[in-house]
Amino acid sequence: MSTIVLLIVTGLGLGALYFLIAAGLSLIWGLMRVLNLAHGAFFTVAGYAGFFAAASLGGSSPWLQWFVGLIAGTLAGGIFAVLTETLLIRPLYRRPVGQVLVTVGLALATLALVEGTFGSDPRQVSLPDWMTATTTILGAAIPNTRFVVLLLAVLVLLGLLFFLRRTRYGLIIRAGVENRAMVSALGIDVGRAFTLVFAIGGMAAGLAGVLGATYFGTIDPSRGTTMLISAFIVVVIGGLGSIGGSALAAVIVGLLQQFLNFYAAAGVGDFAVVLLLAAVLLLRPGGLIGRGSA
Amino acid sequence: MSRRGAGALALIGLAVILLPFVHVTLPGFFEGPLDSPGTLNLLALCFVFGALALTYDIVFGFTGLLSFGHALYFAAGVYVTAIALARWHWSLPQALALTAVVALLLPLALGAVCLRVHDISFAMVTLAFAEAASILVLQNPFGLTGGEEGLALGSGVLPAALVGVANTAHLYWIAAGLLLATCAIGWWAVNSPPGRVWQAIRENERRVAVLGLNPYAYKLASFVLSGFLAAAAGVAYLLLQGGANPQITTASFTLVLLVMVVLGGVGTLWGAVIGGIVYEYLDFRLLEFSNASVLQNLPPILRVPLSEPLFILGVLFIVLVLFLPEGLGGLLRRAPATVRALPAEKR
Repeated sequence: MSTIVLLIVTGLGLGALYFLIAAGLSLIWGLMRVLNLAHGAFFTVAGYAGFFAAASLGGSSPWLQWFVGLIAGTLAGGIFAVLTETLLIRPLYRRPVGQVLVTVGLALATLALVEGTFGSDPRQVSLPDWMTATTTILGAAIPNTRFVVLLLAVLVLLGLLFFLRRTRYGLIIRAGVENRAMVSALGIDVGRAFTLVFAIGGMAAGLAGVLGATYFGTIDPSRGTTMLISAFIVVVIGGLGSIGGSALAAVIVGLLQQFLNFYAAAGVGDFAVVLLLAAVLLLRPGGLIGRGSA
Repeated sequence: MSRRGAGALALIGLAVILLPFVHVTLPGFFEGPLDSPGTLNLLALCFVFGALALTYDIVFGFTGLLSFGHALYFAAGVYVTAIALARWHWSLPQALALTAVVALLLPLALGAVCLRVHDISFAMVTLAFAEAASILVLQNPFGLTGGEEGLALGSGVLPAALVGVANTAHLYWIAAGLLLATCAIGWWAVNSPPGRVWQAIRENERRVAVLGLNPYAYKLASFVLSGFLAAAAGVAYLLLQGGANPQITTASFTLVLLVMVVLGGVGTLWGAVIGGIVYEYLDFRLLEFSNASVLQNLPPILRVPLSEPLFILGVLFIVLVLFLPEGLGGLLRRAPATVRALPAEKR
């Protein structure tokens, strides 16, 4: 029983990270039809930004350090994303394949730069004592970081849903996902909405970068790529452009990975997720909560 | 193809074949003379990647299928041959026969599934299958793939004529032959009636369907052909490297292929070949450059980015996509007519 509880909470934590990355990917795709392969780079850069922001406050309270790292990482992800959108994506609005390619180049270059600057070895992240401790639930000793990651992801989910459903810009974004041409025909500047979704997606990925460091206890340059691939799978299973779908799929993928990696063998969970993706695409090409076929 | 073009090609082919007998040093381009094993090995690798880029161009540039899993078929050629040779101690012809079968069936089976969806979903499913294969290779199932350490062929596995520094020229010719064969098959395929349908699908798939053709079957044919040829390039790569490494199974490697094709020019066969050759050459030379003494004296802010080949190539790629969408091939085509006429005059 205790193992099952532990696996559930750990799987949910992993799913929370996937969701934070997938939410941005899904919104960006839904509104702009851009497949952003640089999203993993946002994650990585934010992780390092958070790490060094926290380290620069060496000696002050660990909680303050962690919090400053969290803010710095989120901002770094957002700023990086906005720069990407304005400098690289915007000039290519008329060339959809060019947009994908530019994000490929950015992902490769950023990864190489981070690896060259900080080395490819994982770095240990210092955390407040409470986070490295465990809480016992139903006999399972669960690392407290899992709860932190879950709580923040749920807050982001609620925040995003509120923003999309209750604010004017949220309305524009939802309308743009539905029918972009009609929104611009009504005289609304869709370009500003583009920058906005990139900022939101980048900040969510940045938050995931710092929370990933909290969750795993280390940062390294290559994790962003692995997370990005899982997030892609989550986005497609959930249905492109659907935040709720991404959240649901993230939970399914996180739990499936954890359970099979534990009960079958390491790697089986990752494998099963890919098979699930293939099955979903063949049976419901639009994803679990997608609209029609993709 | 025009007669002039054919003549120029024949000349280039002859020069490529005779190169191992030319004892000339090209300072700045290659470390040793042209006939040295190091140079031949680098050139052979360039040829293999030129061929590989061409196979990707068939599926991406000519059929318009953005596959993110092309590395899988290349890796299949490498790993199946390596496992048959090193683990099961099969002879080279047996191993090649097995690889040929796998190289046909694997893209056929996966393509049949992936092609049920379109556009970005297709890109993601292909990515997911390639990622699954990458995980599988890293897991080292039954001790076959060697996991992270890769799989070295070891001694006595290959025929003596294909082993050793002294025989580098043989491997060079194999790579050159592979490139030539891939070019010939690729050229024939994209100019055949199905090849024209591929290009029609790239431009407007619905129209092809309305005309009464079944796009699915044509796309699958393109997918299988390019997968098979990629596996052939994988075999040549294995012979050159003397082993398999898991690096070539990763998603990043497929992205590198994409970079190669776009570098040379999407939708032109020779553009893709040039892209593959130039990329591999730059990657190799930039790595040597990163250890150069000139670089070590620079301040870190310049030294670190310049010593990362992938950083330079990534930035170069972004600049190309932004400012030169037709790739290097487009640059050549746009060059003044006098420059273009030069090779023809030499003939």
